[in-house]
Amino acid sequence: MISKQEVEYVAHLARLEIDDAQKDKFTSQLNDILLYIDKLNELDTTGVEPMSHAIAVTNAFREDRIMDSLGTEKSLANAPDGRGEFFRVPKVIE
Amino acid sequence: MELNQLTIHELQEKIKNGQTSATQIVESVFSRIGVVEERVHSYIRLMKDQALSAAKKADEDIKIGAIKPLTGIPLALKDIVCTKGIPTTCGSHILHNFVPPYDATVVEKLRDAGAVFVGKANMDEFAMGSSTETSWFGVTRNPWDLERIPGGSSGGSATAVAADECIASIGSDTGGSIRQPAALCGVVGLKPTYGRVSRFGLIAFASSLDQIGPFTKDVEDCAIMMNVLAGYDPRESTSVQAEVPDYRQFVGKDITGWKIGIPKEYFIEGIDPEVAASVKKAIAVIEKCGGQCVDISLPHTEYCLAVYYIIAPAEASSNLARYDGVKYGLRTSEARDLLDMYKKTRTQGFGNEVKRRIMIGTYALSSGYYDAYYKKASQVRALIKQDFAEAFKKCDVILTPTTPTPAFKIGEKMDNPLQMYLSDLFTISSNLAGIPGISVPCGFTAAGLPVGVQFLAGHFEEGKLIQIASAYEKNANLAKRRPQL
Repeated sequence: MISKQEVEYVAHLARLEIDDAQKDKFTSQLNDILLYIDKLNELDTTGVEPMSHAIAVTNAFREDRIMDSLGTEKSLANAPDGRGEFFRVPKVIE
Repeated sequence: MELNQLTIHELQEKIKNGQTSATQIVESVFSRIGVVEERVHSYIRLMKDQALSAAKKADEDIKIGAIKPLTGIPLALKDIVCTKGIPTTCGSHILHNFVPPYDATVVEKLRDAGAVFVGKANMDEFAMGSSTETSWFGVTRNPWDLERIPGGSSGGSATAVAADECIASIGSDTGGSIRQPAALCGVVGLKPTYGRVSRFGLIAFASSLDQIGPFTKDVEDCAIMMNVLAGYDPRESTSVQAEVPDYRQFVGKDITGWKIGIPKEYFIEGIDPEVAASVKKAIAVIEKCGGQCVDISLPHTEYCLAVYYIIAPAEASSNLARYDGVKYGLRTSEARDLLDMYKKTRTQGFGNEVKRRIMIGTYALSSGYYDAYYKKASQVRALIKQDFAEAFKKCDVILTPTTPTPAFKIGEKMDNPLQMYLSDLFTISSNLAGIPGISVPCGFTAAGLPVGVQFLAGHFEEGKLIQIASAYEKNANLAKRRPQL
């Protein structure tokens, strides 16, 4: 079971704010989902290799040569606050 | 028949015979949009000016005999594939103003094949949903009953085809998001093998499950679209260097002697009786075509949904960490400092279903829980893949219902996420195993709602799916119906 405090902590990890009413709702909905997921513990998976990809692809390498990239102007075109060659953000240090 | 009602191959014939022009076709599509779009809401954004000039260019090509596989064919693109210079929102407030500086590979390929883009289709926010109700841009309605959902997440791509607001469209499928809305809207939808179609420029939801595929009015069109979409892309590290056949050669081919696996776990209590009856009829048609049905078992089926609802949110929570108000998209105007800016931007920018999934994923990946959730799910996923490998030793293709029920009412499942998730019960397994699946219309309920039958095949066997789907389509003799709008 996930508690309201844990929901708060997970929200912080996920960089989300949730208000009190939502906290209650999320706690109960997440518990329903986690309870359902518990079904997996019916299965003994000792020794089963976890699968991370559907197709057996190992690292895909290409030749190490310089290719076209987006460039500064296009990279900054969507920035909410782009100045010169930088993305500007609110202050980090007090 | 209006031009907008025709298939790609029918329009190609007319273009080749000089009976119509690309401009006439695109005008017919936009006139249809003018009549029905207000009620159906297939699109987030229309691209009329671009479409008209693309059609004009197509007509010049036609004049000099340079006709390509999709010359002059109006298509809709799910608003999850990046289009250079055209906003791409993923159905989310957080990307409402995002203008991609590049095209997705599939967009390039379709354009190179002569296609005309009509607009960007509506979808559940970040493709998280089964009903197209979570879009920031409002709900899409099922053309067969405007009080009902079209399915999701690629709901707009399905309705645009079903309501003749385009000729074919592009969707993406992470747990059924092409096949489920295709079934509920009465069109053909194919999810290719993982790695068959490049995901470059597809906004990521769950990277080990996502795949792009087509919605079409018939199976031959599906083959035509796959001929353009499939293939290796050096820009996408999980795309596979496997030979791509001409999918059109499988259309109309005989299936005599094929073994069709009927998995008992997909014909369970709880399936809508009318859906079950339609799918049983489809089985009879397949037998009439020379297919031989064999009982098979996919023993881990009951765990698919639980595996999916760990793996997909876990990958999503990581993929969606990039939306932080720094590089693109929404940024809150009321931040005290950087951390506060991240939190407020994400809180204002994401809807509830997206937040819920980010929370589940973050929890499942958080310190101390990784083994219990993500690792466990990845192990069970391996067992599910093994189930299919065993099954395909006994049969060529597997047949199942695409969905457990026909389209449900708008609003009916919005407050109960688990109930909503259950509508993907039969489609999720193939994403987990990475195998291809197609949904083909197989009739209607008494209330006039479409039902779909799903065929599944082994990795890279899309050709088999097109072969059996086309044999079914030809022999089912379903009454031609169009939604009354």
